[in-house]
Amino acid sequence: MKRVYVNEDWCLGCHLCEFYCGFANSGETDMAKAYKLDRAAAPRIRVEEGDGINFAVQCRHCTDPLCVKGCIAGALSKTKDGVIEINTDKCVGCYTCVLSCPYGCIVIDPKNNGRTITKCELCTRNSAGEPACAANCPNRAIVFEERGEA
Amino acid sequence: MPVNFFPAEFEVVRNADKCIKCRACERQCSNEVHYYDADYDKMLSKDSSCVDCQRCVCLCPTGALKIRPNENAFRKSANYTQQLMIENYRQAGTGAVLLSSMGTPKDYPIYWDKILINASQVTNPSIDPLREPMETKVFLGKKPSGIKKNPDGSINTEMTPYLELNTPIMFSAMSYGSISKNAHESLARAATELGTYYNTGEGGLHKDFYKYGPNTIVQVASGRFGVFKDYLDAGAAIEIKMGQGAKPGIGGHLPGAKIREDVSKTRMIPMGTDAISPAPHHDIYSIEDLRQLIFSLKEASEYKKPVIVKIAAVHNVAAIASGIARSGADIIAIDGFRGGTGAAPTRIRDNVGIPIELALAAVDQRLRDEGIRNEVSIVAAGSVRSASDCVKAIALGADAVYIATPTLLAMGCHLCRSCHAGKCNWGIATQRPDLVKRLNPDVGAQRLVNLVHAWDHEIKEIMGGMGINSVESLRGNRLMLRGIGLSQKELDILGILHAGE
Amino acid sequence: MLLKEGEIRIPSGCAISGLISRDGNRINGGEIVKSISYMHDRSNGLGGGFAGYGIYPEYKDYYAFHVFYNTNEARERTERFLDRHFDVINLSRIPTKKIPAIKNEPLIWRYFVNPLPTKIASSQLDEKEFVAKCVIRINNDIDGAYIFSSGKNMGVFKAVGFPEDVGEFYRLDEYDGYAWTSHGRYPTNTPGWWGGAHPFALLDYTIVHNGEISSYDANRRFIEMYGYKCTLLTDTEVITYIFDWLNRKQELSLEDIASIIAAPFWSEIEGYEKSEPEKAAKLKYFRNSFSSLLITGPFSIILGYTGGIMALNDRLKLRSMVVAEKKDVVYIASEECAIRAICPDCGNVWSPRGGEPVIINLSEEGKRKCL
Repeated sequence: MKRVYVNEDWCLGCHLCEFYCGFANSGETDMAKAYKLDRAAAPRIRVEEGDGINFAVQCRHCTDPLCVKGCIAGALSKTKDGVIEINTDKCVGCYTCVLSCPYGCIVIDPKNNGRTITKCELCTRNSAGEPACAANCPNRAIVFEERGEA
Repeated sequence: MPVNFFPAEFEVVRNADKCIKCRACERQCSNEVHYYDADYDKMLSKDSSCVDCQRCVCLCPTGALKIRPNENAFRKSANYTQQLMIENYRQAGTGAVLLSSMGTPKDYPIYWDKILINASQVTNPSIDPLREPMETKVFLGKKPSGIKKNPDGSINTEMTPYLELNTPIMFSAMSYGSISKNAHESLARAATELGTYYNTGEGGLHKDFYKYGPNTIVQVASGRFGVFKDYLDAGAAIEIKMGQGAKPGIGGHLPGAKIREDVSKTRMIPMGTDAISPAPHHDIYSIEDLRQLIFSLKEASEYKKPVIVKIAAVHNVAAIASGIARSGADIIAIDGFRGGTGAAPTRIRDNVGIPIELALAAVDQRLRDEGIRNEVSIVAAGSVRSASDCVKAIALGADAVYIATPTLLAMGCHLCRSCHAGKCNWGIATQRPDLVKRLNPDVGAQRLVNLVHAWDHEIKEIMGGMGINSVESLRGNRLMLRGIGLSQKELDILGILHAGE
Repeated sequence: MLLKEGEIRIPSGCAISGLISRDGNRINGGEIVKSISYMHDRSNGLGGGFAGYGIYPEYKDYYAFHVFYNTNEARERTERFLDRHFDVINLSRIPTKKIPAIKNEPLIWRYFVNPLPTKIASSQLDEKEFVAKCVIRINNDIDGAYIFSSGKNMGVFKAVGFPEDVGEFYRLDEYDGYAWTSHGRYPTNTPGWWGGAHPFALLDYTIVHNGEISSYDANRRFIEMYGYKCTLLTDTEVITYIFDWLNRKQELSLEDIASIIAAPFWSEIEGYEKSEPEKAAKLKYFRNSFSSLLITGPFSIILGYTGGIMALNDRLKLRSMVVAEKKDVVYIASEECAIRAICPDCGNVWSPRGGEPVIINLSEEGKRKCL
């Protein structure tokens, strides 16, 4: 399936992916408005920094996802396209997924005062069209592509 | 703190309604112009550090930023311009030679813009390059002056070594050191994909790039940085750099700050030392010495590669070129004074040399008058800015052109002319690892390929309009050009008629 | 004021026609006049001309100079020059017929000459080169004199007018030759200078050409490096010099010359790389070495030379040209009507591809009869 990949050689640590993510999932059409009116979503991608290396982290959409297995409420599921989705109506905020994700990619949603989690859904449920982080990365460090992995 | 005699050159204008305080500008500015102030909860800027490279403007996700010239004005004088006054203040403060980068910004005549191109009407059909073959392949090197036959009467088709270009555009010399490794990789990969050549410049060839050798021109300059047998063997051609259009008469100067580990290894000089190329080659004090260097390099490379001699366009360029053509060089590259540089003394960049258009026209005519135009190919360089400049250069007599500034633009450069500071925010003219990584060679190479493809299409379109279907029929075809607003003397030197004639 | 050829470059459209008897049977000049007359609308009355080969059998060992003079003074100066450098065997005015359609004719003279051996020796040139140099010198240096034909056993006849009128004016039905070419001109402006009409000739090479080449100045500036001077600024002149240089001086075959001036496209050459690598190497060598002699833009030309004619189109075939045969005679013309006019039952009519040379030489029998 097509996934988001990050190459740390080219990640500049500009953090723009985070902002584009928050905007893409805000439902707004103007980025400034989304942030000015505090309507931006919590970013589901996070740039890790340190020692000259930067790396943006977000859900890998694992073939055999531990988060889905561990979810006690059935809120996390894998679609037929392989995207791991969150149903926030079902999420009870137990954070089992947060603990079980080996990549640390599940985000406790501050917009919901931590009562639910949120996560990358490859922009399949917003109007961005394709993952906004990859589309707007200024150095093609984040790419959305098919690499033949299941 | 002493009085600052002059204000910031630029002003950062931030639209508070748009700024979302993402701080991308702050993270991206190597000059530390932008910063977040917690008390105000606002982004602020230190305008005096801004060089107008436009990196922040391009990355700002909400379009909240603008950089504009500081409108603060000294009392106007046509003689002592504000720029001149600031330069004097600066020198009074430092006691130093002024340094500049890229081509001169001064308002000299640009002859490309005073030349118009012909097109077919009625008597001769224009050709549609989308429907008919249209050829831009070029060979650079010495041509035979007549047919030689083998003992059996067949034609001897052996040629002296030459370069074969799929498009009449090559990437001009920019050394590793003056530009980054990623910039070099972008150029090397693009040249390979395009079927043309890039030029190492005088800084040697990084070991990772030997694999691009078949599309590499290796340069030998007065500093001889990084020159050794493997280097000469690696390239498709060897270029002797006698001069550079932006700074005729002086050598290059790469500050020690740019000589980090890899650059030091590639240049074969100690880390942190300034790399200073002597003004002349100290083994070339005259034309006969040049001949010896040409043949030394040919010997060393077993006569398998053409040798290019690159000269700056200076007043007697035609005579010099004639001498070079008779000295065994296969190709002459002429670099006009509006060409770029990674660093040059400002007074030299802005005042020494002549425009490429006049130099090219004079050299081509001189070599023809002497009947030795076949001895060498001519490559025009030094501010070839667009496909139409290429067409005009070829029609004036060039076999091909070298471009450099447009390649930098393709990679992100915004001509802030601060290369010499080494803090290029676009990852091009810098060796700082955090800045170098801003240029992803996947992106750089692709954009370079796009640029040259686009130019090549335009060249074909313009040629088709003239009813020419192969670039060799454009070369030296000055009847296809007309001057506009030029004096008779200028027209005579360019060898063209005035529009309407 | 209108500028004449040499002072300005004048584009023209045209008609061309040619024929040759391979077996050397002599064909009356009236035939070619009739042929070209059928393409009347391809000319506009501002130039017509003919070249005939094998027309002076009685003087076949002498160079036949056809000369236009504006004044008798020019004639006297030219004749003094000829006397110093040549043995003049015969001189006379070229017979013409006064007709209303042809006006303002200059003095038109003909000389049969041989260069003086002592002069050739002291010039260190071969005979043909010596003759060519003398012709160019007279044309450049003697104001009002213009040698428009200078080969052996051949002659050019040209004037301002429609070609059929030019043929009548020169009384071409009184000449017989084994090959003829003809030209009707459609210049876009003209001062009506007779020298500017076609064919253009140097020694026994003549060119009639229909087209306007876009590579002109590239070709001119290259060929001028080899001692030629393009004084007329016409396509025909520069094409003639290219043939002279490649054929006479570089001794290249006409087929090879065609693959230089109407070179195959790279895509075609690459196609030969596997099947015929030697051919590919030769074509690449030509395109690399003589790239400045590639002629682009529309042209159809007929080259006349001692013993044959050659027809060639530009590589995109931007001008019409048809070839036909009957028995030993081969016809070439811009339009088929010009062939049918004189040979209604000709066979094997075809249009050569762009860049494909059609070379017709005298057969062995023809050579015995005519050369």
